[in-house]
Amino acid sequence: MLNDAFPAARHPALIPLLIAGVLVMALASMSLGPVHLSETRILVALTGHGDAIARAILFELRLPRTLVALLVGAMLGLAGAVLQGYLRNPLAEPSVLGASNSAALGAVAAIYFGIADWNVAMLPLLSIALGLVALGLLFALAGRSESPLTLILAGIAVSTLAGAGISLALNLSSNPFAAMEIMAWLLGSIENRTMEHVWIALPCAALGIGLLLYDPRALDALSLGEDGARSLGVDLRRTRRRLLLGVAVGVGGAVAVSGSIGFIGLIVPHLVRPLTDRSPSAVLLPSLLGGSILLAGADILVRLIPTASELKLGVVTAFLGVPVFLVHLLRERRSW
Amino acid sequence: MVTIAIQGLSADLGRRAVLTSVSATLRPGTLTGVIGPNGAGKSTLVRAMLGLVPIMQGSVTIDGRDVAALRPRELARTVAYLPQGQTLHWPLSVERLVALGRLPHLAPMSRIGAEDRAAVLEAMTRADVAHLSARIVTELSGGERARVMLARALAVGAKGIVADEPLASLDPGHQIDVMELLSREAKAGALVVTVLHDLTMAARYCDRLLLIDRGVLVAEGTPREVLSADRLRTVYGVSGHIDMAGTAPMVVPLGRCRERGE
Repeated sequence: MLNDAFPAARHPALIPLLIAGVLVMALASMSLGPVHLSETRILVALTGHGDAIARAILFELRLPRTLVALLVGAMLGLAGAVLQGYLRNPLAEPSVLGASNSAALGAVAAIYFGIADWNVAMLPLLSIALGLVALGLLFALAGRSESPLTLILAGIAVSTLAGAGISLALNLSSNPFAAMEIMAWLLGSIENRTMEHVWIALPCAALGIGLLLYDPRALDALSLGEDGARSLGVDLRRTRRRLLLGVAVGVGGAVAVSGSIGFIGLIVPHLVRPLTDRSPSAVLLPSLLGGSILLAGADILVRLIPTASELKLGVVTAFLGVPVFLVHLLRERRSW
Repeated sequence: MVTIAIQGLSADLGRRAVLTSVSATLRPGTLTGVIGPNGAGKSTLVRAMLGLVPIMQGSVTIDGRDVAALRPRELARTVAYLPQGQTLHWPLSVERLVALGRLPHLAPMSRIGAEDRAAVLEAMTRADVAHLSARIVTELSGGERARVMLARALAVGAKGIVADEPLASLDPGHQIDVMELLSREAKAGALVVTVLHDLTMAARYCDRLLLIDRGVLVAEGTPREVLSADRLRTVYGVSGHIDMAGTAPMVVPLGRCRERGE
């Protein structure tokens, strides 16, 4: 009754479909904006010809926004999938370990102290720097313990500390414009992004994705618990160092250009998991692609919904996240 | 062929001394049972054999090489480990779970090969779970899960097998199946170590027994040498009926003794 072929880890159509979805979202995002550009004008401009206005709109306004959406979404989706596997907790996402909040605190500090005005790169750099500081703190707090619970508790401590810092900045902010700016930034948005933002996020995301995708089988081995994984030859300490550095750098870089956008890392792995064999390694690549699709889609939505001021991305993902998450929670409850 | 030598081993968990200068040599081709009351240090002893607990004093060597110095993947290919309990954090299929046993053989980014598949199939067949291969492990009965976990350990294809309480939650029939399976592995030349609570099973199938009490190895030898009414009383605090005469030895605890040894 056993067939020769090993069952595939994922539905065979999953990855091709997700790649197609990323392309569709990218094109949709490029063709959407206050100035209507016909498809032919976009296609001509994309080849580097055509009128200068169409080229400027596409390459200087819409392309950076689209690229930032795809990059940030990919990073958040992958980080969520990795952390759910690593912590063996289907509720894990980058914010559990304080990565998002600490990076956000860095950005808030940049706005609060006026450092952000020096240079457009200062805010993202400070945000990444604080993400790394938080990582150091996390290691110091978690100590030598390999248990996921210790790490989650340490993460909550770091996250709460960073959250308190953000609240303090809002509280003490004497300048209402700075407070507004901080608020807007905490809600998450990729409006008016430039290629500079792409160049800041790209190396961070590349390094983060590389670190997180190296040796996904260590996550599978952890399905058997720490002892089980170690007895299968997994070096838990090196795995932890690699994964946490990947999350800190990658998510730090993502938050640095987009503000804090929640729920992507939580929802996407749940959406793709039923189409895989449910082993942590099989969920990683689909979560990366799915994160891109979801964030680019949410960004299209904020541009389409007519509101007085453009909706913030973090608000939309939070509203999208709750029902999707509840549906999956109810379904999961039966299989757990 | 693999030999594990333990010399003057002491280990702590937290601040509590769990093992105190334990020495024993485990040889290929033998099924060794580790017995003793709850909390005696049985699990810590077998975990120390795999380098899973920090060693305070003494040494554990596998084929003459210090266990702490072995590369993790090499150690994983030499000795397979079936941890206590049936920890599984994701609802994987049986086949997928058993295939985890091949991890020590796979380089990062490589695909599972024909040899690995054959090993997985063979392990499932030997543990009598091949018919369950497409089922989800978390939906199986406790006994089926226990055998799937055992198949996962067998799939490693190691010359040494360390199983911590493989009989927990198995019915008598499957207990006999598992003991016979472990016994066959030993007869085929493997070093097999298993933590057991069922003393009749230990007496019937094990070639040697290590009796641990409060972190100290109090007796070592054949079941006939180790199991006595005296030891049942001093170590376990029970009176018992012991019949080691026939081909099917029997150790049946009868009642609690008030005065535990010392």
